Amino acid sequence: MKVGVVTFPGSLDDVDARRAVRLGGNEAVALWHRDHDLQGVDAVVLPGGFSYGDYLRCGAISRFSPVMTEVVAAAGKGLPVLGICNGFQILCESHLLPGALIRNDHRKFVCRDQRLRIENNRTPWTSSYAEGAEVTVVLKNGEGSYVADAETLDRLEGEGRVVARYLDGNPNGSLRDIAGITNEAGNVVGLMPHPEHAVEDLCGPGTEGLGFFTGLVERAFA
Amino acid sequence: MPETPRPVLDTVDVAAADPTREQPWADLGLKADEYARIREILGRRPTSSELAMYSVMWSEHCSYKSSKVHLKQFSEIPQETPVGKMLAGIGENAGVIDIGQGYAVTFKVESHNHPSYVEPYQGAATGVGGIVRDILAMGARPVAVMDPLRFGPLDADDTHRVLPGIVAGVGGYGNCLGLPNIGGEVVFDATYAGNPLVNALSIGVLRHEDLHLAKASGVGNQVILYGARTGGDGIGGVSILASETFESTGPAKRPSVQVGDPFMEKLLIECTLELFQARVVAGIQDLGGAGLSCATSELASAGDGGMRCSLDRVPLRDSTLSPEEILMSESQERMMAVVEPGDVEAFMAICEKWDVEAVAIGEVTDTGRLEIDWHGERVVDVPPRSVAHDGPTYNRPFARPEWQDALQADGAEKLARPTTGDELRATLLQLIASPNLCDKSWVTDQYDRYVQGNTVLAQPSDSGMIRVDDATNLGVAVSTDCNGRFAKLDPYFGAQLALVESYRNVSTGGATPMAISDCLNFGSPEDPDVMWQFAEACRGLKDACLELGIPVTGGNVSLYNQTGETAILPTPVVAVLGVIEDVTRRTPTGFVAEGERIFQLGSTREELSGSEWAHVVHDHLGGRPPVVDLAAEKALGALLVEAVGVVTSAHDLSDGGLAIALAESALRNGIGAAVAVQGDAFVNLYAESAARAIVTVPEASADALVALAEKHGVPVTPIGRTGGSTLSVEGPNPEARFEVPVDEIRTAWAATLPAALG
Repeated sequence: MKVGVVTFPGSLDDVDARRAVRLGGNEAVALWHRDHDLQGVDAVVLPGGFSYGDYLRCGAISRFSPVMTEVVAAAGKGLPVLGICNGFQILCESHLLPGALIRNDHRKFVCRDQRLRIENNRTPWTSSYAEGAEVTVVLKNGEGSYVADAETLDRLEGEGRVVARYLDGNPNGSLRDIAGITNEAGNVVGLMPHPEHAVEDLCGPGTEGLGFFTGLVERAFA
Repeated sequence: MPETPRPVLDTVDVAAADPTREQPWADLGLKADEYARIREILGRRPTSSELAMYSVMWSEHCSYKSSKVHLKQFSEIPQETPVGKMLAGIGENAGVIDIGQGYAVTFKVESHNHPSYVEPYQGAATGVGGIVRDILAMGARPVAVMDPLRFGPLDADDTHRVLPGIVAGVGGYGNCLGLPNIGGEVVFDATYAGNPLVNALSIGVLRHEDLHLAKASGVGNQVILYGARTGGDGIGGVSILASETFESTGPAKRPSVQVGDPFMEKLLIECTLELFQARVVAGIQDLGGAGLSCATSELASAGDGGMRCSLDRVPLRDSTLSPEEILMSESQERMMAVVEPGDVEAFMAICEKWDVEAVAIGEVTDTGRLEIDWHGERVVDVPPRSVAHDGPTYNRPFARPEWQDALQADGAEKLARPTTGDELRATLLQLIASPNLCDKSWVTDQYDRYVQGNTVLAQPSDSGMIRVDDATNLGVAVSTDCNGRFAKLDPYFGAQLALVESYRNVSTGGATPMAISDCLNFGSPEDPDVMWQFAEACRGLKDACLELGIPVTGGNVSLYNQTGETAILPTPVVAVLGVIEDVTRRTPTGFVAEGERIFQLGSTREELSGSEWAHVVHDHLGGRPPVVDLAAEKALGALLVEAVGVVTSAHDLSDGGLAIALAESALRNGIGAAVAVQGDAFVNLYAESAARAIVTVPEASADALVALAEKHGVPVTPIGRTGGSTLSVEGPNPEARFEVPVDEIRTAWAATLPAALG
């Protein structure tokens, strides 16, 4: 599978995401924010970082990048899209996912190893995991508190669209401990923690994040 | 609102025609003899633009005028690391060392102390930004940062003002650049109240062929300024902020601190690396302290000797800025490149790709002059070397302080000591909860340590370690250290102790120490006592480097760190960089498995003066610091590197001695230990003798370790075994026995910073 990783000005985890894509058995394709071109990829990752400095609302400028026009259109046709951290914020700003991410409740940036429960393994990004699997990945954000109105939250819960939930303490004040969600069709996933930093034993808290990048292959050959 | 009439432009012609005009040289921080010297160099009075340039470039911060007579001796150290010649040394933006496989590494530590006191967030943030640009200017991709920080007492009000801002600034800027923060220090001492130390280190990696130097060569080559626009921030920051001490009743100095834009810097990094890759850069310099004054004069004097620029072409954020202000502005996120005319188009296209503004503001000449015009009129015409390199040199008087003997006579060895198990146990818990030894994750959790995916070790490990190549697993390790109390007791040995601790911390991870960079933070050079401390520290570092066979690659001096008459503890922070051929074989800090043997390497002496125990329990500082045995340090380092794969963990013994090293090792993975010490339990647990470490080995490897230690001539003592959930200690005297659950240690260790800082 060819997986595109978009680089926006200010993207930081694009190199890491490409490495994770490769370690997951896929081909990583670098996509550029100014291009109206997805280069025929089979899936897209919007990586973490501070696109455009995040001086306005996080992700608010990136959603207007030329490449996002293509991502939004392709997502509508079922292209698997994973937004990590800043990528999740961009997906919310693009209205591919409901809700928003606001400043952490403790008002500090936090970087730590974070335990999660995979609540939904029916997306192309989580299909390698058993439902209810508990994994440790990296969490690092300053504006990672997921918020939405009660009705939206109830719908997400009711439709099984909460993809991952924080365990052992909520790191940022996210409502209902939500770490990641998916859209109605299940192809677009937004995740605040960073599975791409947990793909090698050497550099990170183990390899339990790799599953986010292996599911695509397993699904393709299923 | 009526416009204030602008003064008539002070051109070179005006200056020649009006030689007696009064000039504000004193307000700009120049001394009378320095001003006279400028007139002598130019054969006339300087224009106001020239005066601005000389005043910032001849400030203490830029010219090292008080320190360079002492720094000179670092160039007597052979410019070679254990693996070969340095590729660039002192005098460049940062030293560059060969690490093999065609790779080179550059690293440097710098201070941003005074700006961080005035405006903690921006001061600390721009400190990170500045050092990263230094690394970038060598042609390297920045791969990590570290920040040694020092504050006043944890319970002081002002610490609560500066600490959260400084930490947020370091994190806010570094996190936004995508650079992992892998280590550093957080130290508290009363002398840093009103004068916190914010040192920033960056490490960069390059291929040998990508090395770039700061020089403007090739007549007709274009001088391109790119990056952020120039604004009014930081005007005079260098001379005003770095050359004076803070008085409680001075005028507000907020406008002199620069404001950082890390997003712009991230673009500048990616853009610059792409420019290097395209081979369109003939010379490059970052704009840091002294801004355009520094970049133009340094590039010109290192190259063919001449440069002509039109200052009115500089893109401005504030169109009302005068030429003097533009020359002095310390606006961040700017670089200056020298580009061959045929490469300008390609250069501009890459800048456009990254949305980075770039403008050719001048060209290289062979006139031997730095000529700067403002709307067609010449406002600067100087020999560039006179600005950049021929600043004043002071042989400041220095003398061993009268109080030094009394201080050294007042040893901590005479203080009341704990003897019973209960007392020793209480001491452990008191020390591990003390501000200097407690859990620092309140600070370090605000830093991204994972970005780039190459972080092999990060705080609280002894050193930070970064993978350089993921095909070969080549890597580097860096540690920064300094115990200012030791340096106060004896600056010569104190500086050496900082060096050997850092050296040891790199070795415990399994990396071979290669070179050092230093950030020398001291009080006022106008005080002979302080100047003596500085001179002694430099001499100590030089002697130790010679003995250890590692060069000083560069660094930074920060003087005038004092509040009123009170100078900070002399604080020569030393960063050691080491190389490890296979990072997958690195040795971690902390116990990793149950039932392993614990050995102490090195010997313990009754050395308690300057220790954390004396500081925390008795609030005492006096005596002589631990003995420095460079041969023993070298042997220990070599042993630790050769023992990679034999030992399962290693931790250096330093602050708090064996007791704290055991506690930290147990805390890491929640594995306890049972330890038996010989002789006086208290001395063995809390003395801070140098050249020591603890290691663990599986039972089957114990003989191999002992044989290796004997081969290197390092004393090796079995002291116990890992396992269980408590740390228990016994000595020959049964009354000294005690045990503490690891969870109880953790509770004490973790509570301190959150309780104080929220």
